[in-house]
Amino acid sequence: MLSSYSELIKNFEKIRSYMREFYVYGFKSRDEYSKKSTRSYDDERRRIESWLGDYMSFVQSADGKNVFISIDSRKTSHNPFYKALKSKSFTDGDITLHFILFDILSSPEIALPLTEILSKIDDYLAHFENPKTFDESTVRKKLKEYIELGIINTQKQGKRVMYKRAEDFDLVEMTDALNFYSEVAPCGVIGSFLLDKQENKESHFCFKHHYITSAIDSDVLTQLFVAIRQKRIITVMNLSRRGEKPRENRIIPLKIFISAQNGRQHLIAYHPYFDVIKAFRVDYISDVKLMEVSSRFDELRAQLDLMQGKMWGVSVNTNAREDGKLEYVTFTVKIKAGEEYIINRLEREKRCGYVEKADDFTYRFSAAVYDSAEMRPFIRTFISRITDIHFSNPKVEKIFKEDLRKMYEIYGIVEAE
Amino acid sequence: MIFNELYSAYYNTVAKIISAVLRGDVTQSQLQNIVNENAFGESMLTILPNLKSEKWQLVREDFFTPITNIPTMPLTLIQKQWLKAVLLDPRAKLFGIEIDDLEDVEPLFTPDDYVVYDKYSDGDPFEDAEYIKNFRIILSAIKSGDALKIHMQTRKGRSKRITLLPQKLEYSEKDDKFRLIAMGDRHLETINLGRIISVEQVANHNEFKGEGVTLKTEKVTLKVTDDRNALERAMLHFAHFEKQAERIDDSRYLLHIIYNKEDETELVIRVLSFGPLIEVLEPSTFRNLIIERLKTQIELLN
Repeated sequence: MLSSYSELIKNFEKIRSYMREFYVYGFKSRDEYSKKSTRSYDDERRRIESWLGDYMSFVQSADGKNVFISIDSRKTSHNPFYKALKSKSFTDGDITLHFILFDILSSPEIALPLTEILSKIDDYLAHFENPKTFDESTVRKKLKEYIELGIINTQKQGKRVMYKRAEDFDLVEMTDALNFYSEVAPCGVIGSFLLDKQENKESHFCFKHHYITSAIDSDVLTQLFVAIRQKRIITVMNLSRRGEKPRENRIIPLKIFISAQNGRQHLIAYHPYFDVIKAFRVDYISDVKLMEVSSRFDELRAQLDLMQGKMWGVSVNTNAREDGKLEYVTFTVKIKAGEEYIINRLEREKRCGYVEKADDFTYRFSAAVYDSAEMRPFIRTFISRITDIHFSNPKVEKIFKEDLRKMYEIYGIVEAE
Repeated sequence: MIFNELYSAYYNTVAKIISAVLRGDVTQSQLQNIVNENAFGESMLTILPNLKSEKWQLVREDFFTPITNIPTMPLTLIQKQWLKAVLLDPRAKLFGIEIDDLEDVEPLFTPDDYVVYDKYSDGDPFEDAEYIKNFRIILSAIKSGDALKIHMQTRKGRSKRITLLPQKLEYSEKDDKFRLIAMGDRHLETINLGRIISVEQVANHNEFKGEGVTLKTEKVTLKVTDDRNALERAMLHFAHFEKQAERIDDSRYLLHIIYNKEDETELVIRVLSFGPLIEVLEPSTFRNLIIERLKTQIELLN
């Protein structure tokens, strides 16, 4: 029934994949979401439309109605996806109790026992025609929840437990920092929650090359950081790229790798079962559960720090690492007078590679990495200046050269073979 | 963990409604505006009716509320941990923020816990005293509407003085640089903060034109062949552009991208990075930029 529809949701996981698909792929039609029910599709679409309003548009195509979101991230100072994380459902009792509790405990100096809080709650509700009633266990449970969140503290007075609100502090002077970091720091949505507390959150910043979809992975990312800080083993459900059923993995999370060039976030973790350090895409991870503290965290983190000097992206070719066999890449770039900016580009984009000057117009780039296939896109950006190239992995070299040949064919520079 | 109703648009909206009621003289339409401005597209159907029907016993239909204080909530532990993490970032010095009350709080993450592995290595000197000073003067001028007298070094290393009306500070995570977007005599100007030698805030004498001027945009149409996961890679890579995608058949897709003319060279090399999996269809001027590079390349490697 339509009346059961709500803008708010209990479980964020369900809508996470829809949001990504709507934003990343503009062309999928309703029928292609057939894995899920059409009712589910309609509800999720309606919710996303409600949250993202102006940022979403629909395009009619021959194969049905497509849902399509298009946002130029330079034109928006506040990530519109954060709205989705502000859509958690709650009960009528939750919201009523919340505002009454914090009005009773209106300053950190007020400390009250549960019995007195209960009595005061009734006084508030007496103003309504059919006053709600909250029993002792409900209020105690809510206070416990708030203690865990850090917004209520307790103190003992004799045998009695007294409840009081946690100390607060003014963030007015931080508005600029919050506007900036809510967009660029990991888990930036938390900064957005803080901005919501401000009367004026006008931003004087805008952002170029700004990838906003990772916002919908904020909850997972926050849990991963908590696990990393506490050096804990975790279990996660992990969806493979091939879309198989999610599998449970028991891993030791070590570090988050973030790309500024495509917005992807990876968790690099140790997988004890396979005895490997490997990358997991954060957007494919769900159901993070914190387990016991790992005694191996420091040793594994140190190992990853060493490995980082041989990683171009996030790939750790296990075989290469075990054999001590790295893959080598070298290429030479020729520039003309006045094209020193090309060399500046090589320098600033070289990551773990080296740039050597052969003469005023010739520069040689070299790198030793676990997986040289990851470097192909970077090398292609120098097309029109590469005078020689060599990969120690013949398969990678073959694909690079074949790709180049295909490009010549596509643009009619050579005839197709 | 952070998907919690305490941070929800509904809680924030109800807090604002209670605040308005406590301030007095509130009307139904003012409350509707609060819902429109702070909640979602269909929230009007829920928030005010739930208060009115006393499902949420916080504000009565006659605008009476038993709440006596403007609603506030202390920071949650995770909010404090995130703030602490942000303060560890080198760019935090730009904002001159210090929060003493966080001494006992563990950061949510430290710079050792994550890496932005593909950002460029020649980012701005965020901890340099002169850079910080210039950044703060620019931000102050944007807020006050003052103009800026800028002494800068051009791309070619020449010294230049210019007076502009600042609009925004633009940050690129990939470049790890700030740029000032400002109105000049006729054009919208963009200046790398790293090139600014000194800057002075001066009164705005309204000699700047071009209000509402935007950077010139162009459209390019790409054909993506979905091999080696290219479709997803391309969609993510170009996700920050205003774009439209269409399917041609099971393995080929069209991608229309709107971009700023000044970013054309950057877009050319980003398209090249996909190799044969992305072909530029139109306009021919853009397609020719790719062809020229490929023609030069074939001479060099053959």
